[in-house]
Amino acid sequence: MRWYRSSIGKKVLMAASGLVLLGFVAMHLLGNLLIYQGPDALNAYAKKLRDLGLLLWAARGGLLVALVVHVWTSIALSLENRRARPQRYAVQRTRETTIAARSMLVSGVMVTAYLVYHLLHFTFRVTNPDISHAMDRFGHPDVYAMVVLSFQQPAISIAYIIGMAAVCLHLSHGIGSACQSLGLNDERTIPAVAFIGRLIAVVLFIGYTAIPLSVLAGLVTIRGTLP
Amino acid sequence: MKLTLRLWRQRSARDTGRFEQYQVADISPDMSFLEMLDSLNEQLCAERKEPVAFDHDCREGICGMCSLVINGLAHGSDRGVAACQLHMRRFKDGDMITIEPWRAKAFPIIKDLVVDRSAFDRIIQAGGYVSVDTGDAPEANTVPVPKPAAETAMDAAACIGCGACVAACPNASAMLFVAAKVSHLAKLPQGQEERRRRVRSMVEAMDREGFGNCTNHFECMAACPKSIHVTFIARLNREYLKASTRRSSEDIH
Repeated sequence: MRWYRSSIGKKVLMAASGLVLLGFVAMHLLGNLLIYQGPDALNAYAKKLRDLGLLLWAARGGLLVALVVHVWTSIALSLENRRARPQRYAVQRTRETTIAARSMLVSGVMVTAYLVYHLLHFTFRVTNPDISHAMDRFGHPDVYAMVVLSFQQPAISIAYIIGMAAVCLHLSHGIGSACQSLGLNDERTIPAVAFIGRLIAVVLFIGYTAIPLSVLAGLVTIRGTLP
Repeated sequence: MKLTLRLWRQRSARDTGRFEQYQVADISPDMSFLEMLDSLNEQLCAERKEPVAFDHDCREGICGMCSLVINGLAHGSDRGVAACQLHMRRFKDGDMITIEPWRAKAFPIIKDLVVDRSAFDRIIQAGGYVSVDTGDAPEANTVPVPKPAAETAMDAAACIGCGACVAACPNASAMLFVAAKVSHLAKLPQGQEERRRRVRSMVEAMDREGFGNCTNHFECMAACPKSIHVTFIARLNREYLKASTRRSSEDIH
């Protein structure tokens, strides 16, 4: 049997692809935070990314592969897990597990739905075409205006906050779990790794949700950030 | 104490099974859980009814035969003990106790609360041994073993193969059991010869039996009567990855 078809192999693939996607989520936030430096900074960053050309497509290809591997292993593992206990317990109590760990499948499906919406909204720009195709004063696509005008609509902001809550719930178990699956843990590091994983999830949640909240609160406006 | 027991009764592997309720009286708080079941069975025999089948042997927490899920927890609410060492003082007069067998596809029910754990034996047969003719026991200090390695190996070797890890796992995974058996031999000099082949074939055997996959809930560690730590699962993952991705001289044989 090839190693990646075994239970541990699939877990390792899931962990490794998850960490790749975590890297993307972290880098994405660093880019987003440029919104606080005003329209020119964010739009210039967006242009720089697009100008990467082939490199950008290579990165997108890599992320797509990671996503497909992550989703494929999760489906395969979940089906096997369901089959492993055909008759459920009448009474089942738990002592160590967390809500995040028990809801990985639910949060994962939510993250996928959120990802589809997010791509349609900001990448393919089909959900709000009226505000998504503006140009800035340098003749570049005005990403800043698109973001601010979107988040000024409470419904869109709430959708993003719920989406990020799902991402961070997923990560709060996922990061520690990935380290365990890759065999990077020992008895002393397990609690520390779990704690750091949850901390990263919380920091990402605060960083990401701060943007729609700042827009809704009027701290970030279409002209720039309030002093 | 008087108790109401809600017990899983199943005539055979083919029977569908159902819960039945029984009343027991005069239960002393000093009785073990199994003695309480003995008293139920005496009562059932006196009434000329079929006694409840449940696994037990040593009744001192070392054989790994008892296999009861008590109120939703494998081996009951006490940490680090098997059901045989759970005492009735943990319950209150008038309590209703739900008792189920281990539930996993790989552990088919034989009768009532007794399950077939041969799947574990087949995993051990796949590699949980050292196939070296040892002859007479060698002088103890001929092969030095560092103290920390001996301690870690002993912590893993404490596994009594009861299957509570599988019973408690939300995915019915056997990873803690296999991790303990692989780690135990991987830490000792005698286990080195077959180290890579062992982990590969034991994981393959585990997968063949239809156990679930570990998703790191750590319920196994909480249920384990020997409190075997999930650090051994990380070690198993490491051992398996190393053995699967690197070719070694072992593979030539």
